[in-house]
Amino acid sequence: MAERSFKSEVRKLTAGAGETFTGEGILAVTKGLLQSGVAYVGGYQGSPISHLMDVFADANDLLASLDVHFEASASEATAAAMLAASVNYPLRGAVAWKSVVGTNVASDALSNVASGGVTGGALIIVGEDYGEGSSIMQERTHAFAMKSQMWLLDPRPNLTSIVEAVEQGFRLSEASNTPVMLQMRVRSCHMTGSFVAKDNIRPALTVADAAANPVRDTQRIVLPPANFSHEIEKIEQRWPAGIAYVQDNKLNEWFGDCLETPEIGIIVQGGLYNNLNRAMELIGLADAYGASRIAIYCLNVTYPLIPDEVRDFCAGKQAVLVLEEGQPEFIEHELNTLVRRADLQTRIIGKDMLPRAGEYSAAVIRAGLARFLRAYAPHLAPAEEQANPLPAPVAKEIPQRPAGFCTGCPERPVFSAVKLVERELGPTHVSADIGCHLFSILPPFDIGNTTMGYGLGTAGASAFKPKDKRAIAVMGDGGFWHNGLTSGIGNAVFNKDDTVTLIIDNGYSAATGGQDILSSRADNPERVTKNPIAKAVQGVGGKWVRLIERTYNVAQMRDTLREAMTSPEKGPKVIVAQSECMLNKQRRVKREQTKVLAGGGRVVTERFGVDADTCTGDHACIRLSGCPSLTIKSNPDPLRQDPVTAVESSCVGCGLCGENAHAAVLCPSFYRASIVANPTGWERFSAKLNRAIIGWFQARDSRARLARAF
Amino acid sequence: MTTEKNRIAIAILALGGQGGGVLAEWIQHVAREDGWIAQGTSVPGVAQRTGSTVYYVELARPGADGRVPVMAQMPMPGDVDVVVASELMETGRAVLRGFATKERTTLIGSTHRVYAISEKQVAGDGRGNGDKIIAAAQERSARFIGFDMEAATEATHSVISAIMFGALAGSGALPFPREAFEQAIHHSGKAVKSNLAGFAEGFARAQGPVAMPAKAEADLPIPTTPAGQQLAARIYELPEAARTLAIHGAARLMDYQDAAYAGLYLDRLEQVARLDAAPFTLTAEVARHLALWMAYEDTIRVADLKVRASRFERIAQEMKLKDDQVLALTEFMHPRLQELAEVLPTGLARRLLNGGALSRWLEGRFTKGRHARTTGLRWFLLLRMVAALRGWRPRSLRYAQEQARIGEWLDAIATVTARDNTKAIEIARCQRLIKGYGDTFERGLDNFRWIMERHADVDCEQIREWREKALADDQAKHLSRVMAA
Repeated sequence: MAERSFKSEVRKLTAGAGETFTGEGILAVTKGLLQSGVAYVGGYQGSPISHLMDVFADANDLLASLDVHFEASASEATAAAMLAASVNYPLRGAVAWKSVVGTNVASDALSNVASGGVTGGALIIVGEDYGEGSSIMQERTHAFAMKSQMWLLDPRPNLTSIVEAVEQGFRLSEASNTPVMLQMRVRSCHMTGSFVAKDNIRPALTVADAAANPVRDTQRIVLPPANFSHEIEKIEQRWPAGIAYVQDNKLNEWFGDCLETPEIGIIVQGGLYNNLNRAMELIGLADAYGASRIAIYCLNVTYPLIPDEVRDFCAGKQAVLVLEEGQPEFIEHELNTLVRRADLQTRIIGKDMLPRAGEYSAAVIRAGLARFLRAYAPHLAPAEEQANPLPAPVAKEIPQRPAGFCTGCPERPVFSAVKLVERELGPTHVSADIGCHLFSILPPFDIGNTTMGYGLGTAGASAFKPKDKRAIAVMGDGGFWHNGLTSGIGNAVFNKDDTVTLIIDNGYSAATGGQDILSSRADNPERVTKNPIAKAVQGVGGKWVRLIERTYNVAQMRDTLREAMTSPEKGPKVIVAQSECMLNKQRRVKREQTKVLAGGGRVVTERFGVDADTCTGDHACIRLSGCPSLTIKSNPDPLRQDPVTAVESSCVGCGLCGENAHAAVLCPSFYRASIVANPTGWERFSAKLNRAIIGWFQARDSRARLARAF
Repeated sequence: MTTEKNRIAIAILALGGQGGGVLAEWIQHVAREDGWIAQGTSVPGVAQRTGSTVYYVELARPGADGRVPVMAQMPMPGDVDVVVASELMETGRAVLRGFATKERTTLIGSTHRVYAISEKQVAGDGRGNGDKIIAAAQERSARFIGFDMEAATEATHSVISAIMFGALAGSGALPFPREAFEQAIHHSGKAVKSNLAGFAEGFARAQGPVAMPAKAEADLPIPTTPAGQQLAARIYELPEAARTLAIHGAARLMDYQDAAYAGLYLDRLEQVARLDAAPFTLTAEVARHLALWMAYEDTIRVADLKVRASRFERIAQEMKLKDDQVLALTEFMHPRLQELAEVLPTGLARRLLNGGALSRWLEGRFTKGRHARTTGLRWFLLLRMVAALRGWRPRSLRYAQEQARIGEWLDAIATVTARDNTKAIEIARCQRLIKGYGDTFERGLDNFRWIMERHADVDCEQIREWREKALADDQAKHLSRVMAA
């Protein structure tokens, strides 16, 4: 079950015509799909698109009632290949993933589906993880749209425009037999707002109907000679059809009339429109409702560009500012070409006045726009502003807060063990993977040399043919099923690689929001779970496989890892480190415990603590853990100056502090407090007896101590 | 002032898991109920795993002719009306990012700290300076409302988002009545009672002055025994700068050992004082570090502290133990032969640690961590027995070793202060390196020795730099390697 439940939000998806839908952007997209009569949906979770997958997973009944088929795809490639259903049949299908990484994975299938073209509308919803808060390389999905010829929508960031883009996307796709990508920026995915809903539509043809009446057209298959005709078809038929649809249906928008300065204009990606308006408002060139004093051509379709519209907009203008986030600046290049072809003298101004890299926030756009105005419309330009940054001596006191492992995370002890083994065997090359475990590269662990992509931890270590020191690869269970089983383990077996792979088996695709996967231990009525990773490893020929059922056992982790590093046996060594993702476990356990407690049942809760009077404040324990609940506080001892370690009440009692104290021979300050609520009669009795005897001794000792006290 | 505005921009800076998203939803609910258009955005992503996250809420009135406002998706520096931050450094971050401005921003920030890993992992004290942040928050906001929201959360058994919501309502920065805010909590239907309690507390605290978290000051011990009074009399002969520390020191050593040992402490301290001159910083520093060193943490001391009644009470309180609950305590101890033998008499200890057959056999018996259940009789009595070895301590190997080291250190201080008092102070402070147990202790001691071997050739600045480097190192490297790097 996913980290966040959308059961209550799912009810919103049933909203009928005329009702106002209020919710998150990603939910609005979901509603847009249902309003469009989508027949099937697939995808792979990942920020910022996870919620779309979670919503669909939670909306099972609704989808069943509409005959919509939903799959939590094994990977983005799987999801993209699903679009094959729209090739021969008039089925509307949508797939979703995090981009640009997901599009990378999907690109084989995408190229195929884009080459043969589609009959039913095919919509690819990409969560563009770019800018602040992003966790991936900063690249543009735009390039994929261009290279495979898929249309790219980038609607203005308000829910009405976004939902409309979903609906128009399907129609555009069908009108031009071309898959359409809908780009959702991070903030738009999580943005709340409202729009007026329409009724949900059952697909005219369901996937079951299609399967029952198969249609075959070899012309749609990428194999000579069809592949050559596809290219010609793209240029001669689908391209003009796409342009015509965009133009006829006015998917791009024009703002600003009664202009005082017709000699300049702005072309903006739809997704940046709101930032542009805010920047203009603060300069006094627009009002809060979007009435602009400069002509704006808003590209809700960023690929392809519409030559006639560009010509009409640019004609008579001395200069046009292009606001295009990310690089390379494909739109700017294309605009220059189009202006040239139209034989216009308009200057296209883009990256020469705006940053080449990074998010185009309203502040960035304001600065770029001011520069543009100073050059081409000085009378509109704002006065130069004096920056007033926080002085460095103050700023340096504010620490960075990189993301890290959650309190009680079962992955932390794995890296504590790696650190301990490194102390014995010296530093090792560690090939990291994508997932929560990648936080190992940050303090306090500082473990990991490279990461090459999801599930590619082991593959990333495959160049190392060690003589005596083996490389360590890390892989999550999510990555393992995504592709790591074949790309990593199978490859290592086949090539007799000698690397050590640590598979973090926490029972969920944890980093993306706790979705179930093949090896999840949870019962999931909709999916098949409980397929052990170790069995799969053995299935592809892995011989040296060790299962650790409790990662918190640091000593066992360390010893097993040492064995893997030093064992004379050849071939890949695979350690499957199991323990349930704590975030998900807590949610599960807390609910259960509350129920038991309410019924007067016995519940044991555990928490750790540190004795401040034996803690000397060297924080070695923190350097081996980094748990958020393991922190520091001012030393209560008037003689000591360094802060002591302290455990916050958020501690979930995972046990790592104690295990580390033992495995690394740290200090005797840690204790575990086990609190039994509603204890049994025997527990009550023996605790009382012990307390009485211990209390008697303690009273004696206290008296003696007082007698020799200061 | 805000009532005439058509738009209100609110930035929330919170850490993952603090409920910034819930707060943003509450605010939007309040505004929508009052006919405003509300939009919330955030970039949770990986930041929700303990990182810092900015939530942005924009409230706007619909245009007269039904025109829909164009809403921004992120706070724009200089264009934010209200900032709510859940922690002191996040308050600082709001200022750093320019969200808070003198011209218009109501800045509501907690004054408590949640330390970042870069601050926590330092072997010494890596904490950022909060006072500078408070000053900047006051300078760079139209109004700063600051109080310890964590304490307020604890006091009301609530969550910090409810406190922030209350403080936001209490600030009067939004044009909505208190009831509208409370209604939002009712509407969400989750933990309504505790959230309302937290809300009320936040609302009330927003009316008060800027308040830092309460600091616990240790009381100065008052002599209660004749031996204590005699020592106290000696302490009043010491320079004033050292007295408070010396009282704490003497009291500590009486608790640690006995009056005679505390007397030895004062003998040593008096010697230093005789060589020192006003303002007697050296004496004060030695008073502190000598007491800490003489009260070194051996197995006897640890056992003694673990079995005390006061400790059991303190833990029960910290764990909020209820009368009908049963508490069990498990200590994670890893006594190696080294630590056990060194509290034995010197001759015996040396024989056990000489590396011979017996030594090796014994070593093998003490390689495992022990789960010592001190609330059970077996471990309680065993540890109490170890604590009772206190009387033997002056004959133990560790005692002899520590006294010899202390002697060398004091000699060095005495020699150096004759020529260079400031340098002697720096040498005194190097005791700070010797701490921890096991490997940590040995590395600290090695670093200390490394400096002591070289102090003659360098000035006080160099000693301070070495010491700080050793304490700041987060990778537990030996100082010689830190210096080589």
